[in-house]
Amino acid sequence: MPETSKALQPINFHITRYNPETDSAPCVKTYIIPVREGMTVLDGLHYIKDNLDSTLAWRYSCRMGICGSCGMLLNGRPGLACNTQILHIADANLTVAPLPNFEIIRDLVPDLWTMFDKHLSVKPYIFRADEAEINDPAGEFYQSPEQLESYLQFTYCIKCGCCMAACPTLATDVRYLGPMPLTAAQRYNADTRDEGRRERNALTGASTGALRCHYAGECSRACPKGVDPARALQLLKRRLVLDYLHLARRATPCKKLLGPGQGKLLPDIAAAPKRTVEPGEKPQAGVVR
Amino acid sequence: MNGTKYWTWHMAAGVVILFLLGLHMLIMHLGATTHWFAPYNGESVSVQNSLFRDGTLFFTVTYVLLLGVALYHGLYGLRTMLFELTLKPAIEKTITVVLVVVGLGLFGLGTWAAVAAHGIALAGARG
Repeated sequence: MPETSKALQPINFHITRYNPETDSAPCVKTYIIPVREGMTVLDGLHYIKDNLDSTLAWRYSCRMGICGSCGMLLNGRPGLACNTQILHIADANLTVAPLPNFEIIRDLVPDLWTMFDKHLSVKPYIFRADEAEINDPAGEFYQSPEQLESYLQFTYCIKCGCCMAACPTLATDVRYLGPMPLTAAQRYNADTRDEGRRERNALTGASTGALRCHYAGECSRACPKGVDPARALQLLKRRLVLDYLHLARRATPCKKLLGPGQGKLLPDIAAAPKRTVEPGEKPQAGVVR
Repeated sequence: MNGTKYWTWHMAAGVVILFLLGLHMLIMHLGATTHWFAPYNGESVSVQNSLFRDGTLFFTVTYVLLLGVALYHGLYGLRTMLFELTLKPAIEKTITVVLVVVGLGLFGLGTWAAVAAHGIALAGARG
């Protein structure tokens, strides 16, 4: 390991503090942190909490860029505190603020409920006409790798809210659905197992939906998972227009596989392990095979 | 889906404007050399050349079409910008009504002007 990695470098953390119960407006408080190479912003916040100011509040969980809890504004750009190294974005000063376009619960904790409500409104789940199949699945649905590829990247969204914070349209119009819910809508619209596109069009094609996007592209730059919401929105717009003009190809939901061997087998796939329970047989309680 | 409907026509109007803009550039800037749509000597905007175009049904229809799509495209864009100010629904409705009335008024006036110019040009041609 190089010698420089062990050296401690003082960095000024300028953190936005706000307690709605006691403060009339947010203010900035500065803490000096000894930073070592490899330390993340989340590590810095923990240092402050442990050594300098135990009242600092923020939200975090997994520490590895999966849960999407620790989204915040780092040197003016939305990002995850857990996968942003301090020395990658700061020489001497680092500003840390809550995500904009959200209400502040306290300090660095944004209120994400507005985002989750909008997300829920676009029906972010597989929606099929045959309700019996949804309630009591009787088989798997065949989907080719190409079909999977058409929406796969949009499934990587972790709902951290960074794209919503970066969106200039959402900053001026709170009714706009925003990049995250609209990307989720596109993710399910593009899924060949789904039949809910026209249901979603009523919301995504409204004046507060995808057509409100100005294609600034900041959502795609801000996404810590490499998802491209701007692309999702353009695909969504195209589909909305084609649906309106009745030019969209009539898509039938993918077929259900009723048994093994009915799908296309990919090459070089190892054989499946032997069944532990035969069809129709009920496993005996407490017996491990 | 009304949002999609209005937006689709907004985009379509933009494409039509591009085509008509090409025609405008052709007449205004290449008229002196090519004499397309400007058969008389002098500039494309001279009275004789203007009357020639005004007397052509193609141009009268084109003027009215250009006016319609430009008004729709521009006023819908203005409406979109105003709506981003997060106004109250009643104010938004008022804005829509005002823009529709203004748009229809301007369209009527412009159509009347194009049709009247067509009549004047034809009367002039007959002597």
